[in-house]
Amino acid sequence: MSKPKVATTSMCGCFGCHMSILDIDDRILKLVELIEFDKSPINDIKSFTGRCAIGLLEGGVANDENYHVLKAFRENCDILISVGECAKNGGVPALRNPIPLQECLEEAYLRGPTVYNPLQVIPNDVEIPLLLDKVYPCHEVVKIDYHLAGCPPSADTIWETLVALLSGKPVALPYSLLKYD
Amino acid sequence: MTDSVKLKIDGKEITAKAGQTILQAAAMAGIYIPHLCAHRELEPWGSCRVCTVKVNGRPQAACTQPVAEGAVVESETPELVNVRRALVEMLFVEGNHVCPSCEKSGNCELQATAYRLGIAAPRFPYTFPKREIDASHPDIILERNRCILCARCVRASTEVDGKHAFDFVGRGVHKRIAVNAEAGLAGTSAAATDKALSVCPVGCLMKKRVGFAVPVGQRQFDEKQIGSEI
Amino acid sequence: MSEALSTVVKEACTAADRDPTRLMDIVNQVQRKLGQVSPTAMDLIASELGCQRVEVESVVSFYAFLSAEPQGKIVIRVCNDVIDRLEGADAVLDAFADALGIRVGETTPDGRITLMTTPCVGMSDQAPAALINSHVLVDLDPSKARHIALQLKASGDPHRLVTKLGDGNNAHELVQSMVHNNIHQTGPVVFAEFAMGSALRKALSMTPQEVIRDVKTSRIRGRGGAGFPTGMKWDFARAAPGDRKVVICNADEGEPGTFKDRVILTERASLMFEGMTIAGYAIGADLGILYLRAEYLYLRALLESILDERRAAGLLGKGIGGKAGFDFDIRIQMGGGAYVCGEETALISSCEGKRGDPKNRPPFPAQKGYLGRPSVVNNVETFCCVARVLEQGAGWFAQLGSKGTSGTKVLSVSGDCKRPGVYELEFGITLAALLKLVGAEDAGAVQVGGPSGQLVGPASFERTICYDDLATGGSIMVFNRSRDILGIARGFVEFFCEESCGYCTPCRVGNELLKERLDTIIAGRGEPSDLAYLEELGAIMKLASRCGLGQTSANPVLTTIKHFRPEYEARLRAPQRGEQRRFDFNAAVAGAERIAGHQSVQHGAHEEHGTAE
Repeated sequence: MSKPKVATTSMCGCFGCHMSILDIDDRILKLVELIEFDKSPINDIKSFTGRCAIGLLEGGVANDENYHVLKAFRENCDILISVGECAKNGGVPALRNPIPLQECLEEAYLRGPTVYNPLQVIPNDVEIPLLLDKVYPCHEVVKIDYHLAGCPPSADTIWETLVALLSGKPVALPYSLLKYD
Repeated sequence: MTDSVKLKIDGKEITAKAGQTILQAAAMAGIYIPHLCAHRELEPWGSCRVCTVKVNGRPQAACTQPVAEGAVVESETPELVNVRRALVEMLFVEGNHVCPSCEKSGNCELQATAYRLGIAAPRFPYTFPKREIDASHPDIILERNRCILCARCVRASTEVDGKHAFDFVGRGVHKRIAVNAEAGLAGTSAAATDKALSVCPVGCLMKKRVGFAVPVGQRQFDEKQIGSEI
Repeated sequence: MSEALSTVVKEACTAADRDPTRLMDIVNQVQRKLGQVSPTAMDLIASELGCQRVEVESVVSFYAFLSAEPQGKIVIRVCNDVIDRLEGADAVLDAFADALGIRVGETTPDGRITLMTTPCVGMSDQAPAALINSHVLVDLDPSKARHIALQLKASGDPHRLVTKLGDGNNAHELVQSMVHNNIHQTGPVVFAEFAMGSALRKALSMTPQEVIRDVKTSRIRGRGGAGFPTGMKWDFARAAPGDRKVVICNADEGEPGTFKDRVILTERASLMFEGMTIAGYAIGADLGILYLRAEYLYLRALLESILDERRAAGLLGKGIGGKAGFDFDIRIQMGGGAYVCGEETALISSCEGKRGDPKNRPPFPAQKGYLGRPSVVNNVETFCCVARVLEQGAGWFAQLGSKGTSGTKVLSVSGDCKRPGVYELEFGITLAALLKLVGAEDAGAVQVGGPSGQLVGPASFERTICYDDLATGGSIMVFNRSRDILGIARGFVEFFCEESCGYCTPCRVGNELLKERLDTIIAGRGEPSDLAYLEELGAIMKLASRCGLGQTSANPVLTTIKHFRPEYEARLRAPQRGEQRRFDFNAAVAGAERIAGHQSVQHGAHEEHGTAE
């Protein structure tokens, strides 16, 4: 029987949650005995190669490309897990949410104290993903099955959750593993 | 006349002093009822409703409801635990609570209550409101994004500090904490040593230049649950 | 600081004896004279009263009729209640805005005229209505609105807009209003003829205990909606320790669709004051307060004159009716535009010069109410009923009405019917009989008891109006079969969002969350699970809210889901591919597309990341 596949992605996040996945240290050897990584920055597989058991989502949905990736994850994964605060509630990038997009872009590209932009252009190349009006938590865009809190969630949190899911046990994390920072 | 009262909380018989609230009596008897606006050194307020219990079948805030002889109080029922979770979730989605970048994280009662209730993510959509920060005071910052409108600072400032430096303005979802000067916090008599600051359950009213003073792992609620002292 | 401001503030403070508990009177007066209670005025009021400026700011920011920002000398408030909107209030508002060249919430560039909206002003039977300062304009349409705007621009005198006077005391020289009573049916209790003093004389021939006994025997329950037994309330207040007790009449008629108190105040104020005086005698009070909603300011002069009349007749003041030691007088406390002040403890907070936040109970008002004194708070109609109980006898009253609910009820009927207006009817009438009476042949839904009550459909039309079945404080809103049920619910939810005091979490946040999800469904982005979500949210608000407002504010959603579920289901779709239907990608990306000047490449993109079989 082939091993269940796990896909991961980082949308509007800092890759800190992926660092935390790697932080499981030598348990990663056990992990690759249990699973096979599909689309993920860890192995640089760009597209889904088959149905995945689990998708790990880092980051919120800040732009049109994030939205597209998230939809693809929902379609290709049986279980989707929001990993970390940004996926869960937008996190630090969502600090922009109360501010209108135009103002954010002007501050970033035109008026900010460190900006040098003599042409006074807000970048608009079609290759650049378009920002959404705000950063959305993943579960406000697609259905999410589990949330792992933390910035990032600790390696233990990720490990315990994956092991429980892969062995068909309920995910029950102790107090010490539920943290929002 | 007797000044002791017997009542039951979740089936456990306890003895309370007449005039005590259910929350106080429960704490004395070693029973923790989650709460946020209530503070043992301040007058009862009854706004967060997290301590909602049923007294003889009727919902009441444990922090304002006095004990009564023979009362049957329910607290840790699935229904009430769900209500408490929902109320805490409402407080999270109502404000901008970015725990990873908040100096209060680890010592925050809102966060700790959510941990104890096992909240992974709220069922309600975030509202991302725009809120004003008042950094005018040399020693204090008022970070309204994190305010849960519990009125602890309002009460402490009047009851303990004797200043009335804070009060609420507006109503409904526009209700916010205001300070006793048009010029902002700097125009008030508030000081960094005020009780008003030390009772803030969240990272709203804070001393400046403290920052992340205690390492992760050693903060108040890193290992010990809120209410574990009860 | 301008001299004018300083003079106005000092005058207002002096008139209120520099008493911080009379802050409402002070800020109301400053607002009327200066068009705002400016930050400077707040500072000055605080120093005159010896209180903190943030306390003044707290009060000013709470009430809709008070403003820290400057407003015009003329403030137009167009009623945007659900009924008014069905009758065309939106077009009226647009016409005002268009003719004045401003948007809602703005003031004309010359600073003279401000345009606002306001919740139900108690004129649902003659909607759309608007308040222009204290003047009430009714039966408006867009062309009238344009004409009014032009007249106001030209003359600046709102009183000149009042052309045709209404019926009854609406035409009284102290009222001079266009409002109509529209009394379609009078009954034996409230609208029967009344001779001033007749009930009080009977009461004074009895002991206070005997008066309370009679009130109990009559089985009268509070007419404001909650239905608490009046005699029991009085008994608690009488028994409570304290020598300065208070009788408060709740004339803060804010429940949308309720306007019966307005008509009673216009035509039977003396009966109401008589009931208050009887209550004063029964509980041993020396002070009466009529808390009058800001929208009814136009009735104040008439009410004051009736109080004077009663004083002159020895029915108020010292030694009333020759009874040595029975000293009792009544003052009028104006509100400031806040629905929550109809809640009795919020009303007391407001009378004390504070924000209209409800208080924690216990203590109950009968134990510790206004300024800590034992207080009885009853509705306008309740006091009228009590006076009649004393005049005609408890037994007479008790045999009126239904088995469980004695007496008559004054109903205010509005909406889709031929004869909107006021009806005094015995309790126990079926909804169907009432609908026939008011000429509502095509009724598809009836909101009984206002937004905090319930919306019922034809399956409930055989139910009866009484405390044991369909309870109402007087509001009956009729909607014909073509009306949009979700739109009605949405209007009421918006009302509660505006009117929540914000004190407790479930009401403050819960109402906003109800609105968000209802909007989602109305926008066609709802899914079946949203109904369970709304039901759970509503149940939590009901259970955990601190006062009646929060405990009932989910009713528009809960009762429409219960009685009109297919209306919701018709708009719900099952989600596809695990997406959240309420997430609207096109709307979310539209702003960036506009800024960038090109469309998102993700519209219709599917295959880029690879999709497995």
